[in-house]
Amino acid sequence: MLCEECQQRQAALHFTKIINGKKEEMHLCEECARDKGEHIPGSNSYSIHDLLSGLLNFEQPMGNSDSYPSRASVPKQLVCESCGLSYERFAKTGRFGCSNCYKAFDPKLDPIFKRVHSGNVRHAGKVPKRAGGRLQIKNQIEKLRKELQHHIEKEEFEEAAKVRDKIRDLNKDIQDGKGDV
Amino acid sequence: MSLQRFISEAISPWMKSGPGPEGDIVLSTRIRLARNLEHYPFPIVASDESANTMLHYTSKELTKDSYPQMGSLELLKMNELSPNQKRVLVEKHLISPHLAEKSLHGAVLLSDDESVSIMLNEEDHIRLQCLFRGFQLNESLVLSNGLDDWIEEKVTYAFDEKRGFLTSCPTNVGTGMRASVMMHLPALVMTQQLNRILPAINQLGLVVRGIYGEGSEALGNLFQISNQMTLGKSEEDIVEDLRGVVMQLIQQERYARDEIMRTSKIQLEDKVFRSFGLLTNSRIMESKEAAERLSDVRLGIDLDLIQGISGNILNELMILTQPGFLQQYAGKGLTPDERDVRRAALIRERMKLEREG
Repeated sequence: MLCEECQQRQAALHFTKIINGKKEEMHLCEECARDKGEHIPGSNSYSIHDLLSGLLNFEQPMGNSDSYPSRASVPKQLVCESCGLSYERFAKTGRFGCSNCYKAFDPKLDPIFKRVHSGNVRHAGKVPKRAGGRLQIKNQIEKLRKELQHHIEKEEFEEAAKVRDKIRDLNKDIQDGKGDV
Repeated sequence: MSLQRFISEAISPWMKSGPGPEGDIVLSTRIRLARNLEHYPFPIVASDESANTMLHYTSKELTKDSYPQMGSLELLKMNELSPNQKRVLVEKHLISPHLAEKSLHGAVLLSDDESVSIMLNEEDHIRLQCLFRGFQLNESLVLSNGLDDWIEEKVTYAFDEKRGFLTSCPTNVGTGMRASVMMHLPALVMTQQLNRILPAINQLGLVVRGIYGEGSEALGNLFQISNQMTLGKSEEDIVEDLRGVVMQLIQQERYARDEIMRTSKIQLEDKVFRSFGLLTNSRIMESKEAAERLSDVRLGIDLDLIQGISGNILNELMILTQPGFLQQYAGKGLTPDERDVRRAALIRERMKLEREG
């Protein structure tokens, strides 16, 4: 069997990945496998982390024979401004550095979560009481801000003042009751 | 209480009150929740100072008062324990290997009966674990949920509407929940049915592992079945799906046991009593053999072929004959050969006690 990457040398490495029941096969020669940075199971310790970071690195569905995005072409450095972790580093370690990383890397996360969680990208479970309550208030503030903008644009200053007061009250709520950590 | 007891007894108090629901097949049920705090970097990137602050703050908050009917939690800091003491806690499933070996300012809060463990500065800031004997998914869910609420009253979780509880590893995000059930499935292994069943279980989004978790070998026909998926399903649904599969496995294991008893009782009896003989007489025993023989004897007890021995002996000796425990008892480090001798002696002694008691 020829290597499916270069179509020249004999394929020496045969991978089968089964992810949530979906089977994907790859047949590569040693050179191409090394180039692609694929881990060779058994060659050294191959952990779940390696598998995971392997998943994170595949931007496109496999099987489209010849053009894999190489690691070098990973997009303009996405970096989490809060903890300084780059997307590249995240893809390598398979670990987020802080809660803000989820926001910083958001545009790229859906495909990863889909693969890891059987197609799911949205939380459908428990909402913590306090954090959940604060979220509601935050959402409310967000909505009021838009309203405020709208009133200002239309020069409805009396209305705008009312909305501004509401926002101030809600902000105070957050600070009073739940300002911790 | 304290450290001395946590590391000197193989059987945690929560395991002692008998086998629990479906206890002939299900040894224990566990739920763990991964949680992080807002505003602190996750442990893997945290600086020494930040990890220390987070530990100090959280442990103080969680020991201020106690969860209803639980008593106060005991704090054990990893940097105050010897490597072997940590190993013993790992063998008892009270802490993870990661916390023992790799954490920076790692610690664990343990309840008196050891059914609740809260690891701090593991891969996530907080790893809450509830252990129950037998098959008790609902009870585990209720307790872990209650404790989670109790913790959330004190510290602010990193939570996002869209992604749920934010965790260091993408495989835990959402509910942050891993529910797992430890099963003894000797008949399914003997009749080679398990190899057929396992791929089907994987397809349902569940994972099967050995007794010491990820990457560990299935020793003594003990298997841990747990959910893989944490995002996109509610905690209740995850537990429900797991329950369905475990119920089926229990049923299949019972069928297989009946079938073996019907068609080859004498062969099974022979196997069970040979193992019994080895456990009560051997002078050298490797941990793998010990696990296999203990599994046979446990099956014999469950099928009433052997009387007068508690089924707990499997759980207890599986833990007691791990390297950390053997060294704890010896009071010193042991070479693998020395451990095999100690292990055999300990098992003999324990079996003798059991028969006299």
